[in-house]
Amino acid sequence: MQQLHYLGKQTLSMISGLGRAVILLVSAIVHVPNVRKGTPLLIQQLYSVGVLSLLIIIVSGTFIGMVLALQGYTILVGYGAEASLGPMVALSLLRELGPVVAGLLFAGRAGSALTAEIGLMKATEQLSSLEMMAIDPLRRIIAPRFWAGFISLPLLTAIFSMVGILGAHVVGVNWLGVDSGTFWSVMQEQVDFEKDILNSVIKSIVFAFVVMWIAVYKGYDCEPTSEGISRATTSTVVQSSLLILCLDFILTALMFVK
Amino acid sequence: MKDMVSKKVELLVGLFVALGLAALLMLSVKVANSGFGAGGESYQLFAKFDNIGGLKVRSPIKIGGVVIGRVSNISLDDEDYTPVVTLDIKIQYNQLSEATSVAILTAGLLGEQYLGLQPGFVDDSVDTLQPGDYIEDTRPALVLEELIGQFLFSQGSGEE
Repeated sequence: MQQLHYLGKQTLSMISGLGRAVILLVSAIVHVPNVRKGTPLLIQQLYSVGVLSLLIIIVSGTFIGMVLALQGYTILVGYGAEASLGPMVALSLLRELGPVVAGLLFAGRAGSALTAEIGLMKATEQLSSLEMMAIDPLRRIIAPRFWAGFISLPLLTAIFSMVGILGAHVVGVNWLGVDSGTFWSVMQEQVDFEKDILNSVIKSIVFAFVVMWIAVYKGYDCEPTSEGISRATTSTVVQSSLLILCLDFILTALMFVK
Repeated sequence: MKDMVSKKVELLVGLFVALGLAALLMLSVKVANSGFGAGGESYQLFAKFDNIGGLKVRSPIKIGGVVIGRVSNISLDDEDYTPVVTLDIKIQYNQLSEATSVAILTAGLLGEQYLGLQPGFVDDSVDTLQPGDYIEDTRPALVLEELIGQFLFSQGSGEE
């Protein structure tokens, strides 16, 4: 009986949480944007969400590309197939590693910061103050952050894949001695614009949506105490990371399996 | 309201967006094969094979190693159930003769399969292939198991 009671309570709170998240999302993004007032807010958020994530994305992208080239080379050279190094690196970066790792890093770097920021605004009653001044905090605070993340992550993913491939070029061509022409031409032969690059962008858009939604919802819905903020921040990172990995599997199954 | 965003932040955001778009552009031009508007104009020919082996949609079509088009569709004929391959060939190569033969070849020992065209001659008695025509002279893919089977069979019959 006790367990049943507990299960019911959990289910109800989960469903009502989901409902609040959907209401937040809809009321934050479904309204006519005010271009004159909204643009400076969006640019400010693009800076703190996108530009400040640039360094971690570029550094990790380069190193992941370099490691892929090293590992791939040692395996492929055994079959005399080191000419396939280019497509191997490009395809694994574009199809999987780019969107997923960039998404995970983005959740850790930008998602957690957003949750903590919004949570602290709530705890110090800045959100209520805004409401007192007849300013809708959803429009003023939530919407620009959501859109900034939504725009940033696909761009960051493209940058991640590109620097990864360049890093692989440095290791594969300049260090290990794969021919530069072979590296690029075999890659161009194998990589398809629609199948690989477009799907990479679609994946990153989906991940951006998920990470941003969870981040702003967790911040907006958190318990307004220091403990509540820390719990919300943790669960933003954990939940968006798990969801990115699950969704990646589903998207891969939909995109690449016929 | 206007001065809320400093010039430096605006500049950095502009740089970030430009960098992202440049990366996307570079991916589609330098990394992918065709980029936007894949291929340009093309016309279609058909060819029937006994066996297409490992030929796939988007496999290249080559004359003397030069790619002139790609396989756009593979299906079975409705009546006699033989594979019909649709060839998408660039419009600039529209003077192929009717005596052209087509074979399914393999790049290297274990590489991917492609269509190799052997252009025939053109004179008064032989027309050029029109869009939608079937190439009559086709050679099927070599299937390794069949080859081994034939080899073993001929070995066995030789001993008797």
